[in-house]
Order: sequence, then C-alpha cells, then structure tokens
Amino acid sequence: MAISRRKFLGWLTATGLSSAFGKTAHAGTTKHFEGHPDSLGVLYDNTKCIGCRTCEAACNRVNDLPPPDRPFDDLSVLDKKRRTDAKKYMIINKYDHIRNPKGPLHARIGCNHCLEPACASSCFVRAYTKTKEGAVTYDSSVCVGCRYCMIACPFNIPTFEYDSAFTPRIRKCTMCYDTRLVKGELPGCVEECPTESFTFGRREDLFKIAHERIRRYPRRYLDHIYGENEMGGTSWLYLSGVAFKKIGMREDLGVTPAPALTASALASVPMVVGTWPLLLMGIYAVSKRKEKIATEEKEQALADTIAQAKAEADLKISEAWQKAEKEKEKAVETAVRKALEEAAETENEESS
Amino acid sequence: MSQEATTANRSFITPFNIIASIIVLIGLFLTVRRFSGGLGAVTNLSDNNAWGIWIGFDLLTGVALAAGGYVTAAAVYIFGMKKYHSAVRPAVLTGFLGYALVVLALHYDVGRPWRLPYPFVVQQGTTSVLFEVAACVALYLTVLFLEFSPAALEWLGLKRARNLAVKFTLVLVVFGIILSTLHQSSLGALFLIAPSKLHPLWYSSFIPIYFFVSSIIAGLSMVIFESTLSYRFFSSKMDETHLKEKDDIALGFGKAAAYVIAGYIAIQIMGLGADNDWHLLGSLYGLWYLVELFGFFGVSCLLYAIGAREKNLKLIRWTAAWTVLGVIMNRFNVSLIAFNWQLPSSDRYFPSWMEIGISVFLVTLGLIAFRFIVTRMPILYEHPDYRDAHRAKGGS
Repeated sequence: MAISRRKFLGWLTATGLSSAFGKTAHAGTTKHFEGHPDSLGVLYDNTKCIGCRTCEAACNRVNDLPPPDRPFDDLSVLDKKRRTDAKKYMIINKYDHIRNPKGPLHARIGCNHCLEPACASSCFVRAYTKTKEGAVTYDSSVCVGCRYCMIACPFNIPTFEYDSAFTPRIRKCTMCYDTRLVKGELPGCVEECPTESFTFGRREDLFKIAHERIRRYPRRYLDHIYGENEMGGTSWLYLSGVAFKKIGMREDLGVTPAPALTASALASVPMVVGTWPLLLMGIYAVSKRKEKIATEEKEQALADTIAQAKAEADLKISEAWQKAEKEKEKAVETAVRKALEEAAETENEESS
Repeated sequence: MSQEATTANRSFITPFNIIASIIVLIGLFLTVRRFSGGLGAVTNLSDNNAWGIWIGFDLLTGVALAAGGYVTAAAVYIFGMKKYHSAVRPAVLTGFLGYALVVLALHYDVGRPWRLPYPFVVQQGTTSVLFEVAACVALYLTVLFLEFSPAALEWLGLKRARNLAVKFTLVLVVFGIILSTLHQSSLGALFLIAPSKLHPLWYSSFIPIYFFVSSIIAGLSMVIFESTLSYRFFSSKMDETHLKEKDDIALGFGKAAAYVIAGYIAIQIMGLGADNDWHLLGSLYGLWYLVELFGFFGVSCLLYAIGAREKNLKLIRWTAAWTVLGVIMNRFNVSLIAFNWQLPSSDRYFPSWMEIGISVFLVTLGLIAFRFIVTRMPILYEHPDYRDAHRAKGGS
C-alpha cells in the first residue's frame, strides 16, 4: 500500500474528531434549554379573535408580500381551511361548527418560533437563527432550497417559492424581526389587531397573563397553554376555548424538542468512524491470516508430498542400484569363473 | 475483445436506441422546463409535500440500490471471498453510476442547485442529518470514482496511473464501507426529526439501522439482478472467469441475502415491540406494512433460502428482482406513502408525469452510460495486459 496504515488511521481520527466537536447536539446529557432569558413571544387568545383578517392584512403590508388573490375584507375566504404559503406568513382559520355562545372560534396558523426549532436543527447551511429575542429568522442568501426544513417542521409552517426558477426562497413568519422588532416596534399582526387577541411581551410574563386569564375565567378557557411544552416549547403561546385539536392544532406532538430527535443518530457518526476501521481491518487481518495459513498448509503439504515421493524414489533407485550391483557382481563372478574354467581347460589340454 | 466487430456490424437503429433517444429528448425538454420555470412548472410538490419522487426514488431508492459497490467490495477485499472477485467491477461501476445519477437528480430537486457546495464551503449546518448525508454522498462518490478508475485507466492504456490507483484499493474499500454505513443509515435518520408526520409503523428510532441493513439486502440483490441482465445483453463481453464465477456469485449472494433479510425482519419486529405498535397492524396502513414486510421481504427470504439450498439459479434471480422491488417499496413508503399520512387525501402528493419523466430520463442516462462503459472498458472481463496481475496484488 502506498499509504501507511498509521497515516490512514490518522486521517480517520481527524475526521472523527472534527465531527465530534463540530456539533451542538446534547445527546446523553440532562441539559434542558428553556429559551433565551427575557426572550419575547406572543400570546394568541382565540376567545377574543373575531376573524376580521386585519392581522393578515397587516402581515401582508409590513412584510411587502404580494397582493392577495382576494381582498382582506372578504371574509368568505375563511370558509375554507387554509395554510401558510409563500404569499401568506400567517392566516386565521374559522371553525364555526364548534358550539360556542359567542360565535365561531378561530385559530391562528403561522410560525410558532420554537425554542429549539426543527427548521434550524435540520438546516444543513444554518440558514435559520433562533435570535436571543425569540424570533426564528431565515437567511435566503445561503439557502440551497433542499426543503428539509419543511419536512422537519412539526407545524408545517415553512413554505417555498415553487414558481421561482432562479431565486426560490423559504417564506415564513419572522416575528417581523428585521423590519420591526429590532426597531422596537411590535409585529404587524399584534399591532393592528382591533380586539387585542394578540399579546406581545416576555415569554415569562405571557405565562403569568395566560394563567391569570384561565384562573379568572375557568369556564371560558381550556386549562392548557399551547406552546408551553409542545416540541420543547414555543415562543408563540395559545389560549383556546376548546380543545386545540378541534381547531386544527395537533396535540400529539410531544414535548421533545426537535434537535433531540436526531441527536443520538448524529452522535453515532464519530463512533462509526472510530470503530469501523478497527472492525474492518480486524476482519481483514483474520481473513488474510486464514489465507496465509491455508497457503502455508498447502505449501507444507506439497513439500511433504514431494519429500515422500523423493524418499520413495530414492529407495527405489537404491534398490535398483543394489540390484544392478549384485547383477554386475554376479556377472563378473560368472565371467571370472568362466575365464578360470576356460583357463583350466586350456591348461588341461596343454598338459595332456 | 470483439467490440469493433459487433458495433460495426450493428446498425444504430435498435429498439433500445430508439426508445432511449425518445426518452432523452423528452428528458431534455423537461430539463429546460424545470430550470426555466422552477420546480412548480414540472412538479406536484406543495408546501405540505416538500419532497416527491425525486427524493423518494432518485435519492433514497437510488442510493439503496447502488449499495452493491460497498457490499461486494467488503465481501471480496475485507472478508477475503476471492471467488467473487469478478463481481467487483460491475458492482463498483453500478455504484458509481448510481451515485452520479443521485447527485445529478439532486440538481433537479433543490431550489438552487449551484449552491449545492454551500454546506461545505459557506456555512456548515452540522446539526442537520442532511449535512451528514451530503458530506458522505459527496465523499463516497469520489471514492467510487477512484475505485472505478483502474478500469478506465486500463482502457486508456495509462499503465502507471492505473497501477497507482490499484495501490489504494484497500484504503478506498475501508473508507467506502465507513461512508456507506454512515449515509445509508442517515437517509433513514433524516426522518427521525418528523415523528408527527411519518406513520408510527414506519417511524422508529431504529430507522437508521433499518435503512442500513436493507441497503445490504438491496446491494446483494442488485448484484444478482444486474449480473442476470448483463449476461443477457453483454455475455459476449464476459471472459471465462466471469462466466465461470457468475453462478457461484448468485448462489453465494442469494444465500447471504436470505440471512440478512431474516435479520432485517427480526429487527423490524423488535421495533414494533419497542414502540408497542401491534394494535396498528389491524389498520389499512398496518396491512400495507405487512405486505411490505412479509409479502416482499418475508417471501424473498424464503425463496432465497430455497434457491440457495436447491441451487436453483432461476429462482434466485427472480427473487433478486422481487427483493429489489421490496426495497423500492420500503423507501417509497417511508418518504411518500406513509409520510404525511394524517393529511386529508386532497392534500396528499402524487407525482406529475413530468416528475416521473425526469426520473425515467435519469435512469435511461444511467443505462446508456453503463452500456457505453461495459462495451468498451474491462468490466466484465480482465484486461489481457493485467490478467492475474491484480489478483495477486489484490487490486480491483
């Protein structure tokens, strides 16, 4: 091999270390992130919402979104269940089949600004940021458009500009972070709501307000603040007069923050990088050794056979040699005897 | 070998060429449409269904079916099963073409393909499973290219470069297995982040292991399947060793696949138990899950075992095709059919003909490239100049 094993293992260690230190997932720790201190949020109270779509109009205006297909004062839009799309960062859905003394109930659908966002965790170019103020923002200048954030988001919030050929972006509510929050202004929807369905403030304070409302009007509210624990907690919080699942909000999401779902899988990467070379080279060594032993045994067997054959041949040769010797001796003897006999005969003849 | 004679005698107008040309023309037309009109112009993707068949088929299935490269290389070079040596080059070639097509398909699927290097050079999102997938696929494509390169270099007659490339074989094989372990499993791990969207029968914290093990099944079966097709269409290119070894390969790989599938079914059942999903088996999705697990994988396991026991090559070859279908079905289920299962049917995804067209186009490109290479380069035979040379050195 041109590369020494040591060098190769060195590379692997380097890869392993860089992947081990390159991430912030907290697999196997008891760390629990409860949001940045003093981070902000919005409390939406659907018992106050009248479904006037003023917030939708405000959102559209402050974010410079394209004009809607139907005007914002057309309330018949509410007859259909909608979701966010590239032209709408937030929408209000109406649920009038629910019996409610004050008329239909509504639900606001838009980014919940998770404390530990799935979109940010799943983004392979870190296009999303959870700001210390609480907003989850998006940077289109690095976005590749892979749409894994849309797969990951448990609330189905990020939307994509499918019709853009060259600069498609993810579109979603940013809590008006760049346009208003940093200037000290309220998010568009919050500011323009005529019924104060939205309350903006520190997340901690919002809990106090929400609990106070539930305490004061126990019959009006469900005793649950949506977003307190869902997916590890969100910066947007919801109060409702009816079960959340009746107004299209999933109650089966669990309390595990999204990054924790993939943390152990990611944590196994350096382990595989670290242990696989040992395992594979071990198996390689074993199979190589087996092969070597097999070759050696084969050679030994061959050598033995040859030696045996040689010994046998030697024996045969020596036997043959001996036989030949004997025959030769015999022949010589006979010849000598014959010669002697002949000599004796001639002597006899001469003497007689 | 005798490629000059065969290509010269054959006219260009063959059924394969006619069909391939039509598909390529349609594909080029759709390509123009995709890149001038955006994803919306050709796909049925929506804000609810962000991933379609370009991910479910081209990426997930493509990577799984290209697993033959690392599986065969591991068998021959790591486990020392030298008698399967002639399967290495075809498997590595299929792997290389498979991954190249996966990467090409991603250019169609992502919004801004020219930014695909961004995760590496601009900003690294290391908390994302997709980052791991991207890094491993990029590295593994390079590894496969290098593993494949000796064949191309032999064809080009660049002896010194070829001999140098062969020296890296073992390192590349080990590296390739590590990378494959990582990204084959990570493709499953992509879905770990969406427990609320993937049906609980398919969602499991073991999903990375399911994907990894089923990739081995796919790799073994694809080697058999592909060798069957190669024999049918390119037997004139095969040398004596290849022809002698191919039946042995089918038997050996079929037997191995029977074992691996048995293990796969066992861990699937353990997963059901771990999540206590038994009650879901009675639903329609449950029935579908059982069809996938037993109708495909279970039947494959049984037939492979029978085929290996009775040395029934025909049965093994058909089983390989059935198993490949099973793996395709599994990837489709995870990414499309059981994904977003809670959405009303009006919000569910079904691919447009143009999405299917692009996928067919890409597969056709792969077939054309495969044919181009095996009719020219020493894939199904050993180059006369290097005969025995690489066997002794253990090169590819």
